[in-house]
Amino acid sequence: MNIIYVLLSISVVVALVFFIAFIISVKRGQYDDTYTPSVRMLFEDEIIESKEKSKITDK
Amino acid sequence: MKSCYHCGEACKSDALMYDQKDFCCHGCKTVYEILSSNDLDYYYALDERPGISPKTQLGKFDFLNSEEIVEKLLEFKSAEVCIVNLLIPEIHCSSCIWVLENLSKLHPGIKNSQVNFPEKTLRIHFSAEKITFLQLVELLCKLGYEPYISLSDSDKKERNIDRSLIYKLSVAGFAFGNIMFLSFPEYFEVKEFWLDQFKYVFRWLMFAFSLPVVFYSASTYFISAFKGLKSGILNIDVPIALGITVLFLRSSFEVVFDLGTGFFDSLSGLVFFLLLGRFFQQKTYSYLSFERDYKSYFPIGVTRINHPNTQNQNEEQVEVYKLRKGDKILIRNNELIPVDARLMEGEALIDYSFVTGEAVPVSIQKGEKIYAGGKQTAGLLQVEVLKPVEQSYLTQLWNNEVFDKNFKGSFQDLTNKISGYFTKAILSISILATIVWYFIDPSMIPQVFTAVLIIACPCALALAAPFTLGNLLRIFGQHKFYLKEAKIIEKMANIDAVVFDKTGTLTSTKKNKITYEGDLLTEEEKSLLNSTLRASNHPLSRSLYEILEQNDIRTLDSFTEEVGKGMEAFANQNSIKIGAFTYVTKLNKWKQAQLNQTAVHISTNDHYKGRYILKNEYREDIGHLFKTLEKSKQLFVLSGDNDGERKSLEKLLPLTTKMSFNQKPQDKLQFIKKLQEEGRSVMMIGDGLNDAGALKQSDVGVVISENINVFSPACDAILDASVFSKISQFFSLANSGHRIIKFSFLLSLFYNLIGLGFAVTGHLSPIVAAILMPLSSISIVAFTTVSSQFSAKRIMRQTSKSQNKYKT
Repeated sequence: MNIIYVLLSISVVVALVFFIAFIISVKRGQYDDTYTPSVRMLFEDEIIESKEKSKITDK
Repeated sequence: MKSCYHCGEACKSDALMYDQKDFCCHGCKTVYEILSSNDLDYYYALDERPGISPKTQLGKFDFLNSEEIVEKLLEFKSAEVCIVNLLIPEIHCSSCIWVLENLSKLHPGIKNSQVNFPEKTLRIHFSAEKITFLQLVELLCKLGYEPYISLSDSDKKERNIDRSLIYKLSVAGFAFGNIMFLSFPEYFEVKEFWLDQFKYVFRWLMFAFSLPVVFYSASTYFISAFKGLKSGILNIDVPIALGITVLFLRSSFEVVFDLGTGFFDSLSGLVFFLLLGRFFQQKTYSYLSFERDYKSYFPIGVTRINHPNTQNQNEEQVEVYKLRKGDKILIRNNELIPVDARLMEGEALIDYSFVTGEAVPVSIQKGEKIYAGGKQTAGLLQVEVLKPVEQSYLTQLWNNEVFDKNFKGSFQDLTNKISGYFTKAILSISILATIVWYFIDPSMIPQVFTAVLIIACPCALALAAPFTLGNLLRIFGQHKFYLKEAKIIEKMANIDAVVFDKTGTLTSTKKNKITYEGDLLTEEEKSLLNSTLRASNHPLSRSLYEILEQNDIRTLDSFTEEVGKGMEAFANQNSIKIGAFTYVTKLNKWKQAQLNQTAVHISTNDHYKGRYILKNEYREDIGHLFKTLEKSKQLFVLSGDNDGERKSLEKLLPLTTKMSFNQKPQDKLQFIKKLQEEGRSVMMIGDGLNDAGALKQSDVGVVISENINVFSPACDAILDASVFSKISQFFSLANSGHRIIKFSFLLSLFYNLIGLGFAVTGHLSPIVAAILMPLSSISIVAFTTVSSQFSAKRIMRQTSKSQNKYKT
């Protein structure tokens, strides 16, 4: 049953890792602007498409 | 009617066709050309007609030629890369984001660009070798995205966002969750072998988790309680800090001496909920700023003419701060005059709407004074600086001591008022319980004494105000009344005097009412009048022209315009004069009383016909609004203008309204101060920079804004002009918020009594505390949320009904 020490320490470490990850992401300003990224992520495909289009017209 | 492919404006007769698409003007067409030739036409697919017609005046950003000014604007500068953060008020849709983030396709010098949509800013990395900052700004202007660069950008501080509350909240939440799991097994108090063996590990882990909660997350409360005690105030943070300290000490004691589990779960839960309340109370409107002063309006640089009228005459771009008395500067059309100056050359027609809210521009003669803050609207000017920027008539206002203070008086909110009594009551109950237990069983004393302090920790009490006010803050925002912070709502509930500015606040800056007085004009004269007005660029002529019926426009035989006086035109042997009274006729019977009016006079063939009087139109429903407010508050009207409008205001407003005219910005401030010295709680409602001092001095300063995206002076709240008539509703909502807080105080006291029952009888076990504390907090949150939503619905609906009744 002493395995509980191992389990406990693992669970605490995992929790701490996520906690630290969260703190770092706040510090880097990831939560400062929560709107623009939601729009931006929809663009990515379109830019590639227009690039391809321009390649086709170049040929 | 066709609409422009780029901006969606209706195309007039001078519309353009290009690439089988309609455009309203050359600017729009150019943007389309630039975008389509760079494979960026997806811009038009993303949103329907998303564009903004570019309107930048040529040379507006010439001051960016000066290295010194550019240096101040750049956030980072090195040989390879420069970073700049620009405010672009025009950003409004996803197409904007897309095109601005693809700027690098338009110029190789731009490395990358990133939009922050809520703040309407664009961050650009560019190479100064390939593209100068001026070129960059001009490129943006060409696309219709003109950046807003003002004097306030020149003393740029480091962007410092305070995120400590988020950190504290996340630490508390993290610890709370983990401690809950760890304390769970012991809730059931099962005598079990494994549990008994491992409970020490669990307890010490909980102790470890609670350390950052007490020493980091809860530090705000200790500091605030200490400050309160130092200044002799028992604020709400005193019992909270006391509760947290006792909780921590007793729990640690129990763990160390193996007496029990302690209350670590309640402790971390308490701190977590309290911080959550604080977090909820904050609601920032990132696109609004409540801290602006004149610097946000003024340009950063101007064109100075060095050595005028000599051979070495040259133009130089200088910072506004470097202007000295006697300097000659150049003001272009639509530029703001940053200093008090004397007009030297040019046709000055100054729009002071920024300052006073007055919509009709003033014409100024050569040699006369132009005050800082006015905007030139009729072409190029040359002016001589009379005073440097900090000492001008308007900006002197900011030297007043109110602008040094960061806080406004000592406002004691409801929570802190109650907490004084609360703290005293708790302390006496715990002492009483100690005395009683001394006779029953002295060994129980420490347990009971601490239990009282723990259970009495006013968590629910402290949550009542933040959640009610936070909720109302959001509701106000939904109704276009934007508050700086939640505290303002409590202040609003205490207001007993409301001061209104007249121009721009009671009157609308958009609409003008035009009435005609005098002999009726014949058809012939009307058409002559129309044709003449059409030829003039004077704003009064333009607004008159738009209102008059459009009958046949004829070609004029001759047309002359005298600056600041009027114009004369001939057609078909008829002559017409339009303009100032002294210009159109030689008669001398112009009554003194009517001098205060803004009027356009007309004479035909040297015969005086009549005048068009322009009046600012009052906002809808102000009579009704004043009548409603009058019941509970003293009302005042302050105006910087002369008393020409006194009569019509008296007719419109209730008799108890006191009016003062000819008030300078300083006078307005003093007026508010005097009211406050009489013991009144004052709300100032204004709009222009001239109200800035009064807004700052008042308990609640509200700015009326026709367009939320346009800057407003420093204030506590911004009210969208469209909901001006709802002010009385906002007041009653604030009052009902006050009532809700009081009710929730009762509710939380009820919980405290139950808890005290457990505590004084010595039955407070960790599980009771762990249930009671979150339960009381959550029910307070639920109660305040539901009841504030409910009363908001009731109040907003009810008054719109009564308004309809009033109209019919």
